[in-house]
Amino acid sequence: MPFFRASALQTKLRRELWQMRGQMLAIALVIAGGVAVFLLSLVNYSSLTATRNQYYQDYQFAEVFVTIKRAPRHALQQVAAIPGVTRQSGRVEGAATLEVPGFSDPVSARLVSLPATGQPALNRLYLRYGRLPAASRSDEAAVIGSFADAHDLMLGDRLDAIINGRRQSLTVVGIVESPEFIYVIPPGGMLPDFKRYGVLWMAQDALAPAMDMVGAFNSLVLQVDSSVPIPAVIDQLDRLLAPYGGTGAYARADQFSHRFLNDELNQLKTMATIFPTIFMGVAMFLLNVVVGRLISTQRDIVAVLKAFGYSNRQIGWHYSQLVLVIAITGLLIGTAAGLWLGRALGELYMDYYRFPGLLFRVSPWWLLLLAVLTLMVAWLGGWRAIRQAAALPPAEAMRPEGPARYRVTVTERLLSWIRFTQPSRMIVRQLARRLGRTVLSVTGVAMATAVVMVGNFQLSSVSLMVHTQFARVQKQDLAITLTDPVSQAALFGMARQPGVRYTEGRRVVVAELVNGHRKWRTALTGIPSDAKLQFVVDEHLNDVPIPPAGLLLTDFLAARLAVSPGDHLQVRVLEGPRPRLSLPVAGVTSEFLGVSAYMDLAAMNRVMREGPVVNQVLMNLTPGQADTVYQDLRDAPRVMAINIRQAMLDSFYDTLAKTFLTYTFIISLLGGIIAFGVIYNTVRISLAERGRDLASLRVLGYSHNEVSHIILGELAILLVLGVPLGWFFGQAIASLIVTAMQTELYRVPLIMTDKTLALAANVVIISALVSGFITWWRLRNLDLVAVLKTRE
Amino acid sequence: MNGLSPALPVFQTRDLTKTYRQGEVEVQALRGIGLELFTGELVVMLGASGSGKSTLLNILGGLDVPTSGEVNYQDIDLTRANDRELTRYRRDYVGFVFQFYNLIPSLTARENVMAVTEIARSPMDPEAALALVGLANRMDHFPAQLSGGEQQRVAIARAIAKRPKVLLCDEPTGALDSATGVLVLAALDKANRETGTTTVIITHNASIAQMADRVITLSDGKISKEYHNPTRQDPRTLSW
Repeated sequence: MPFFRASALQTKLRRELWQMRGQMLAIALVIAGGVAVFLLSLVNYSSLTATRNQYYQDYQFAEVFVTIKRAPRHALQQVAAIPGVTRQSGRVEGAATLEVPGFSDPVSARLVSLPATGQPALNRLYLRYGRLPAASRSDEAAVIGSFADAHDLMLGDRLDAIINGRRQSLTVVGIVESPEFIYVIPPGGMLPDFKRYGVLWMAQDALAPAMDMVGAFNSLVLQVDSSVPIPAVIDQLDRLLAPYGGTGAYARADQFSHRFLNDELNQLKTMATIFPTIFMGVAMFLLNVVVGRLISTQRDIVAVLKAFGYSNRQIGWHYSQLVLVIAITGLLIGTAAGLWLGRALGELYMDYYRFPGLLFRVSPWWLLLLAVLTLMVAWLGGWRAIRQAAALPPAEAMRPEGPARYRVTVTERLLSWIRFTQPSRMIVRQLARRLGRTVLSVTGVAMATAVVMVGNFQLSSVSLMVHTQFARVQKQDLAITLTDPVSQAALFGMARQPGVRYTEGRRVVVAELVNGHRKWRTALTGIPSDAKLQFVVDEHLNDVPIPPAGLLLTDFLAARLAVSPGDHLQVRVLEGPRPRLSLPVAGVTSEFLGVSAYMDLAAMNRVMREGPVVNQVLMNLTPGQADTVYQDLRDAPRVMAINIRQAMLDSFYDTLAKTFLTYTFIISLLGGIIAFGVIYNTVRISLAERGRDLASLRVLGYSHNEVSHIILGELAILLVLGVPLGWFFGQAIASLIVTAMQTELYRVPLIMTDKTLALAANVVIISALVSGFITWWRLRNLDLVAVLKTRE
Repeated sequence: MNGLSPALPVFQTRDLTKTYRQGEVEVQALRGIGLELFTGELVVMLGASGSGKSTLLNILGGLDVPTSGEVNYQDIDLTRANDRELTRYRRDYVGFVFQFYNLIPSLTARENVMAVTEIARSPMDPEAALALVGLANRMDHFPAQLSGGEQQRVAIARAIAKRPKVLLCDEPTGALDSATGVLVLAALDKANRETGTTTVIITHNASIAQMADRVITLSDGKISKEYHNPTRQDPRTLSW
């Protein structure tokens, strides 16, 4: 006596599932694709969110940030007295250029002071290796992990830093991470460049003298009691720190690293919604068609079962089980793949986001919800067919289904000038007779095409964005950001340095733009009227002239401030003598990257009531002499950051582009799975329904290839209709995604290259070729005699 | 056509055997058949179900190959033909009529016939073929719009339209009532007389034998009896 005895219906189910395993697996894979993308996005979303929250909490990430020119330490007591401020940490920050042995490019660094007690009260450091610099040692530094990894720095390695024009030798005593620098990006850059930009922490007693900040601080971070609104604290803080040269406090939402991570999390959310919806929709359609077909071939079996006394409910449950087995298979494969890919992608994220470690988090509730939703979607997909089977009266079910009714199609009448061969007529009429299914199949093919497109366009779009920024907008080889403004006359001196071919100056100040209650903190950039190296370019890649007076705003900013050309804006400059200006908006332009306000350099110097000064220098170098220039710059004082254009481009293609390619590959694979699921099932069903017709033609003397033409021709029509429709869908979904992902950091342009369209079509066509080949092979083995002996 | 003194054998078989597996069981369907069929004659093959008559017909029609022995159509060796050669043979020489008609449901009567005339070497007009079976006024109907007898007559028109050398009919009246069956047989008789096509009808219905030039009876995979009818009887006089 076996321990477990399957009922007859269960045995039937098991054998049928095995017989139809190819089709079943194709559907299960589509479901798995949906489940996997959802889980992949969900796992990363929850893991990154949980990791970040835990990190912020454990390491006391600040909520308000402010940079000041120089404030005496006793001002901290006044800060503490602001209602709501629970913790604060006044620090000294500075910029340095570093010399890394064996690396000749200029490397810039941000220096942050640590209190004598070691760990600061806020933005505490996670010690990966080693220890924090000792309070009494001026030659010790802790280095951020990204920089240490990029240069294989070990504890005890030495670096030369030029701090405020003075060379100082530093020993690496610790390798650390900070919640403040999860996304490490050089000032003025958009992309990480771990080799050429680092963050270093030094003891306050070492850094303050080097920065002329003894007894003072120039950076302040705070935490605020949750009952007090943060804007209120910011207001008071700004008032308090204004005399000390405060540049305006800002909340976490504006903190660069935090904001970038937020954008990434939002993208994951978009991904978790759009892709699974497409996959589940396709899976529903496939179940509908395949189960419908299975049940229509089993009418007699249903009749016999009913004649034996099985109830409608039992029959319904029997076919529901079939659907559920497929759904559960998909769910299991999808869950395994999703968790695995999620983990792999998580590891990939860890390369860009510097966390102490990744907390791998998935809520069991989400898994349960996903399972329930998947089963429900699958069951709904099969519902129509299951209900039909359950409702079939036994006597009617016993009779074979009536002969298929066909009509002369409208297409044939419209195309009556073409002489259709009979096999071609068969194709057209079959598609027309199953119009609903044809429409769904075409939609399925279109969805597959669209998925591949959506997975791919982002790379072209981001590439265009990056290319525009680093080739069209920025024509300089080097951009040097200075700590203080210098006279434009100094540019002539620089231009005569060996290796320098051309220089151009710009004036960049931090300012708050105000229109009524709308405010925006951004950089106001003065550009010389005859700028040759860097200017403003709109999304159509046209040069935008800088108006001789007044402001030129990014359209995103103009919309946020609700201003248009002709309106006046209050401009509160947050550095130097902090003038408050009223300036007209002279123009608005589109831009891919950032949110900016521009002015003519001379006009800006005028309204700032300063001489002809600049604080950013752009340079073009004589080819082959870059190292000489780097060497000179390294020893130059007042250099805050150096951005090498080529290095940024290289860094993009080395890192981000690689991630995009991985992502593209995964999505293309999923698109291929959808395409295969749809096409393989459509063709197999067509083959099952028309095996008899095809055998008849074979008997009449049609060759194997002539008969294959009928099934493959049908497939070709699905592709010819589906792929262009897919291009259209893909464009629509992509524009939806582009709109959803518009942030102030960047607005990804919607670029559909021929390559993207071709790739999408190719993925679908290859899936079709595979299905077509399987069908062609099966047709070879068509049993002519058996087919003719039976009545359908 | 003089059914009594056929001159040329079109088919010759020698020691034809066929064994196939049905599930776990080996079935010996043919156990050494030697047979000659001549130009223009109408042969009825009688036999109970399982006697091997359909297997023989399938081998003659190039749908199947024998296990041993030889079968030749004129100078074509069907024993050793590959799939491509068998397809060519069916396309150029053979017309089939089946018990269940096997029309293409998505094509009208005319188009079903055209499916054959389009690939044949020197076909009849599809319209003429349909007129020959008395369906001149039903040409644009789909199979679902035709009765069983009409469908079978379309199948006959389709089979003769290519001007085949041989017309093979497997239980052509098996799914029809007697009155309709007689109409179908009349159509076959007329086609045989007017086109001179060698015609083989297999059936388990002994009454049909009277319309034949020659009657061959199969039992247990062997020819058990063979005789010539002195005169072919008009199918319209038959009944069962």
